[in-house]
Amino acid sequence: MKKSGSKLSGAAIFFESLKQENVEVIFGIPGGATIKIYEELYDIDFLTHILAKHEQGATHMAEGYARSTGKVGVALVTSGPGATNTVTGIANAYMDSSPIVVFTGQVPTALIGNDAFQEADIVGITRPITKHNFLVRDVKDLAETIKKAFFIASTGRPGPVVVDLPKDVIADTHTFDYSGKVEIRGYKPNYSGHKNQIKKAANAIQKAKRPLLYVGGGVIMSDAAKELTELARKNNIPVTMTLQGLGAFPGNDKLSLGMLGMHGMFWANMAVNNCDVLVALGARFDDRVTGDIDSFASKAYKIHVDIDPTAIEKNVLVDLPIVGDVKHIMSELSEEIKEVPDRTKWLKQIEGWRKQCPLTYKTDDGILRTAYVIEKISEKTKGNAVVISDVGQHQMWIAQFFKFTQPRTHLSSGGLGTMGFGLPAAIGVSMGIKDKPIISISGDGGFQMNIQELITAVAYKRPIKIFIINNSFLGMVRQWQELFHEEKYSFTDLSEANPDFVRVGKALGIPSYAASSMEEADKYIDKALEMTDGPVLVEFRVLKEDMVFPMVPSGASISDMMIKRHNPIRMV
Amino acid sequence: MKHTISIIVENRFGAFDRIATMFSGKGFNIQSISIGETEVKDLSRMTIVTSGDEVIIQQIIKQLNRLIDTIKVVDLTESDRTERELMLISLNYQKGSLEEIKNICDIFRGNIVDINNRSVMIEITGPPAKMDAAVNVFAQYGIKEVARSGTVALKRGEQIKLPVKNQV
Repeated sequence: MKKSGSKLSGAAIFFESLKQENVEVIFGIPGGATIKIYEELYDIDFLTHILAKHEQGATHMAEGYARSTGKVGVALVTSGPGATNTVTGIANAYMDSSPIVVFTGQVPTALIGNDAFQEADIVGITRPITKHNFLVRDVKDLAETIKKAFFIASTGRPGPVVVDLPKDVIADTHTFDYSGKVEIRGYKPNYSGHKNQIKKAANAIQKAKRPLLYVGGGVIMSDAAKELTELARKNNIPVTMTLQGLGAFPGNDKLSLGMLGMHGMFWANMAVNNCDVLVALGARFDDRVTGDIDSFASKAYKIHVDIDPTAIEKNVLVDLPIVGDVKHIMSELSEEIKEVPDRTKWLKQIEGWRKQCPLTYKTDDGILRTAYVIEKISEKTKGNAVVISDVGQHQMWIAQFFKFTQPRTHLSSGGLGTMGFGLPAAIGVSMGIKDKPIISISGDGGFQMNIQELITAVAYKRPIKIFIINNSFLGMVRQWQELFHEEKYSFTDLSEANPDFVRVGKALGIPSYAASSMEEADKYIDKALEMTDGPVLVEFRVLKEDMVFPMVPSGASISDMMIKRHNPIRMV
Repeated sequence: MKHTISIIVENRFGAFDRIATMFSGKGFNIQSISIGETEVKDLSRMTIVTSGDEVIIQQIIKQLNRLIDTIKVVDLTESDRTERELMLISLNYQKGSLEEIKNICDIFRGNIVDINNRSVMIEITGPPAKMDAAVNVFAQYGIKEVARSGTVALKRGEQIKLPVKNQV
């Protein structure tokens, strides 16, 4: 670090600030407005810069890094198109509450508003998709703004923060001071939770005959898997998780009911609609979870724990809200609950549902199915891997068939549903996680949405297992077309439009294989897991018209599930 | 139901836009909005009149609180409060009607602030309902233009006991 008191350029202040925030990696692409920052970066060795191929990729990388490590992910892009390309990545991080800070270059302050070359009002554009954003107008505010950005991104309910950096601010000089404490008078997240509310909740849970924990991504974000496991096991309460909650509770535990919701487990959805106390922990009653709101857990006394007051009673009215950190509140609940009533009957009832409609798929016809591939990956890794899914059918099969046992090992674009999220996110994961295999699983459609980042994976020799589930369809849309849109397969058939993925991989020097049978799938999963040097690609050519079940039709009650093709039956 | 919400925000670039963006993004309605400086240099007070059921109003208040630039959000609807609006109304007048207009203006405790040989501009302040009433009455003369400030509101004097030494 340069002598304190001496003046530094904005670019130097930028990196000194990142150093203070312990940033070890940034993802970005240089451009005209950020050229001074990149000039400074040339001589910087305390962090790694990953050159993405597209700014959307860079933001997904930052998010993958953030979600797998729990640290703040950082992206650095130029003004105008560089900045607008990050919009999907930022919106994705906003919907899934991921702590990332995106630094965007901006035209010099004197030119802002003049439609200057590569100018875009990125602060205006990203206002509704950021937790907060800043335009730094003076170099003397730069360090403090960066400090605030990291603070806001990582505290309370995490989220993306954009910091817009005009070119002249970066060139200007000022003394560097990072010692001040962050004071934002309009931002004081409440972590502790109301004591009386916690007591009431403990009392309700204690008395419950048929309690259920409904766990969302908030539990993973607040690193509360241990507290959750204790709360569930000590009190014999079954746990169901949202897509983002998977991994918060061991999927192989007998109390785990797996995922709930639209493609959730039959028994999990039945448990929701039959429980007498529902405890929502860091979850937000998303429409893909609740289905028809009025019938969702209609018999239950509902307790909702969330750090974000706006999450409470946004969709579903609850009986007992508790605003605070779910980690803190769960450990207090565990302390408060003294007696555990006999819950054998409830657990037996759930076991009955599990037997009534188990999660299965056909294996006797020799056809390769996604479920088989996922189950095999789960078995072979024993769940000890970070799995990054993309969006669509394969994403749901991963949620159903992969037994996640640890938090931060399942990453998926849940809220925004961004196809193309998986591969770049996996690259980000690989920069933070060194002790587990990193498995990127995408569909053939989504894979092509950020296919350019394959080159980034190669350039930086990222040890990622790139698995493509190829059914030659935009499969989830196809499934809806078959079920609800008169089998009009409008523009979802990709069989004529797909590239040869193995040849694409080989062209980039990636060892690439295709599996068309269960035997080949086994063989190449093993092979890919053995390889540790750089990326490996396996294309699984699976049954084209396969469908994900159970399925709750949009807007129906979640206990109103379709459990197999062409045979919707009411299960209640 | 109609709600009057008073918000103290950072007097900063973009703070207003953040609030407006939140309202439009979440589909909340705004009947009137006014913003101005406060007794503190770097803070503004925004008064928003909105409507919705209890759940929506609660969401609006929580969403406003969630914004980093908002310092304080108070729903004044249930409190004893004073609400005022300023209206400028410009009317046509014919020969002979000026006296009548002047009389009505007095009833509304308004002031004539501009006049020429065809039109007259009146300034009226008061609760928003009074503005509606004035517009109705003046309509017979032919309203040229109306400008309304939107509601501003403050909670009325809280009964704070002063320390004895400060009392007269």
